[in-house]
Amino acid sequence: MDQKEIKKISGSVAIMEALVAEETEIIFGMPGGANIAMYDALYDYSQQLKHILVRHEQGGIHAAQGYARASGKVGVVFVTSGPGTTNLVTGIADAMIDSTPVVCITGQVAAHLLGSDAFQETDIINISTPITKWNYQITDASEIPSVLAKAFYIARSGRPGPVLIDITKNAQVQFFDYCGYEKCNHIRSYRPKPIVREQYIQQAAELINRAQKPLVIWGQGVILGRAEQEFKTFIEKSGIPAAWTVLGAGAIPSDHQLNVGMLGMHGNYAPNVLTNDCDLLIAIGMRFDDRVTGRLDSYAKQAQVIHLDIDPAEIDKNVSTTIPVWGDCKETLPLLTALIDKKEHKDWRRKFQSLYKEEIDAVIHAELNPASDELTMGEVVQLLNEFTKGDAILVSDVGQNQMATIRYSKLNHTRSNVTSGGLGTMGFALPAAVGAKYGAPERTVLAIIGDGGFQMNIQELGTIMQNSLDIKIVILNNRFLGMVRQWQELFNDSRYSFSDMENPDFVALAAAYRIAGKCVSEREHLRDAIKKMFEHKGPYLLEVMVSKENNIFPMIPAGAAVSEIRLK
Amino acid sequence: MNLETPLKQEYNITVYTENHVGLLHRICIVFSRRKINIESLNTSPSEVAGIHRFNILIFETEEVIRKLCRHLEKLTEVLKVYYHTNEDIVWQELAMYKVPTSVIAEQVSVERLLRCYGARVVVIRKDYTIFETTGQREETDKLITVLQPYGLIEFVRSARVVVIKDSEGFNHKLRQFERTAVGEES
Ligand SMILES: Cc1ncc(C[n+]2csc(CCOP(=O)(O)OP(=O)(O)O)c2C)c(N)n1
Repeated sequence: MDQKEIKKISGSVAIMEALVAEETEIIFGMPGGANIAMYDALYDYSQQLKHILVRHEQGGIHAAQGYARASGKVGVVFVTSGPGTTNLVTGIADAMIDSTPVVCITGQVAAHLLGSDAFQETDIINISTPITKWNYQITDASEIPSVLAKAFYIARSGRPGPVLIDITKNAQVQFFDYCGYEKCNHIRSYRPKPIVREQYIQQAAELINRAQKPLVIWGQGVILGRAEQEFKTFIEKSGIPAAWTVLGAGAIPSDHQLNVGMLGMHGNYAPNVLTNDCDLLIAIGMRFDDRVTGRLDSYAKQAQVIHLDIDPAEIDKNVSTTIPVWGDCKETLPLLTALIDKKEHKDWRRKFQSLYKEEIDAVIHAELNPASDELTMGEVVQLLNEFTKGDAILVSDVGQNQMATIRYSKLNHTRSNVTSGGLGTMGFALPAAVGAKYGAPERTVLAIIGDGGFQMNIQELGTIMQNSLDIKIVILNNRFLGMVRQWQELFNDSRYSFSDMENPDFVALAAAYRIAGKCVSEREHLRDAIKKMFEHKGPYLLEVMVSKENNIFPMIPAGAAVSEIRLK
Repeated sequence: MNLETPLKQEYNITVYTENHVGLLHRICIVFSRRKINIESLNTSPSEVAGIHRFNILIFETEEVIRKLCRHLEKLTEVLKVYYHTNEDIVWQELAMYKVPTSVIAEQVSVERLLRCYGARVVVIRKDYTIFETTGQREETDKLITVLQPYGLIEFVRSARVVVIKDSEGFNHKLRQFERTAVGEES
């Protein structure tokens, strides 16, 4: 449409025009009284805008998150007012803490009813304020184009995050003079990227060149910043061993020779122990979460710290830095790489190898080659690797299944690890897998979920059925809220207070949704069952009965230092 | 005294923002989510069109204040945040006192009052008189004590407003902020 040309359109049509202009491919949502006008407009846009009807709004936002994580694009959600909006809350909080770009468009009662306790009126703006990067209520249709432009810009720029736009019913049906959609690329008060300061880059490079025992720890910032290549070049030139946070997994391949494994509570032995031995810690796009640092006052106290982050509020938040490198790591990493010496750090890297060997002997070997007949989560994941060859997107839920998946899965590509990191939201994986499949339709999407978490958004089997979505679901069934049971065993004298579960027949349940499935409990049948699952065209549910009381190790007990990580 | 314990003291946080519905809530929850009380809060338009200025008084350690300020600055509608101790600023509060005119006229030496306490008369009516004074907490408190016996009907005090002693002026900084930052974005 010609920019100058003015035509009269409704607010709802303006919403569709905005989504088309923002190149939205897909919307996850649920209609209701307060957004029915939006859905009516959507009806005419079904050629340009794909919409997936979810079975619960929480499923909708987790799907949008999964989509965003797999594709790098902004996820979009439509919900109605009142309960439709409150059902989003968990997902918004999850997207906020994991920096996931999502735009939620919520219906609201008509403007003249605001504050009157009208039917399905909920003050979602105030409810969502602490858990959104930005939110705004539109009461007049003429605001729609500019506000949505701002919403998309804020959601995707800088450190990404969720944005919620609440649109009253009157604005959705109101006709106004529309003069085209203009994308936003500047907001007076908002600077998505801090200015890169040369002197800090230089000082950081000097520290790196001087360091004898440097350790790189990276997080999701590398992926969000699309800086995987820049990151790889940096570590390859510097020869510095690099370890990852849960959300950083996959930024470089699992088997890269400088990849020394996972940090934190259930991470690998070597990077945790050596965090307290290195002389220089280089943190890249990570935020020193307490699950990564363990006890803060004994975290890397011997080391100097360089922190690269796009969010200035992260610098010195938990760990004091020697040199802060503010900026987008896609820009700062190449500047740093240019100034550093080529090195190999052979002796230092050997330390990682020898501690890794200790971990293999104490933990990994037994997990992957169990002596008992009972299946372990690790061996299931290991066997899945054989079939995915490291090329699938792994969507894990929360608990032991998540830790086993992330510890033992092979990831060759970035954007292959979709999981709820900062919030630890059980029920995330099934809907997130739906979104991930739409975000990367050409890739295999494998959801690995516990028997507890599976029942938290189980209704999304309906979404999978209706769209014949080719998702492979593996339930690691230990008939327990496994991670809770593990803590109770280790720290509460095995007093299993309300952590054991009587479960339904998951395969029969899948069958009710016309989803094929199978249950295995014996090792000899596992390989065949997995093979069948991957050969099957369309969705498939594989329930694997695993050991009831297996534990995830290593483990840093809550309140302990990273170097006090336990192998058993 | 335990030297390990960081010192808590009054910090004056100055926040420059755009003027949007709900922004006050967004700013307040930066404090409330950490269970930090706001001792005094003033918000009003600044000298720059479209920009509001908040003065927020917080009793905390400098380390906490620094983190709060970083978090505030990260809010989309916030342009700039500064913090200062009381030594670095000049501050004032405005107070108004409403007293019965009859009592005042008969028993109080109004002239003395005006002189000693720097008070001004804002309104005189048959039934009541309103005084106003500007100053720091002790000064405005003193006048309450003086007027209390004469049947103080109503009293109100504004939040603290703050001028930073050594600032080059926000005008200058804002122009710099708006200039440098445009090219910074993708
Ligand atoms: C929504 C939500 N509620 C509660 C928890 C606390 N929690 C963490 S792990 C866990 C147990 C998960 O059990 P299951 O899904 O069976 O997975 P497993 O640990 O056995 O692999 C619970 C209840 C949580 N993370 N999220």
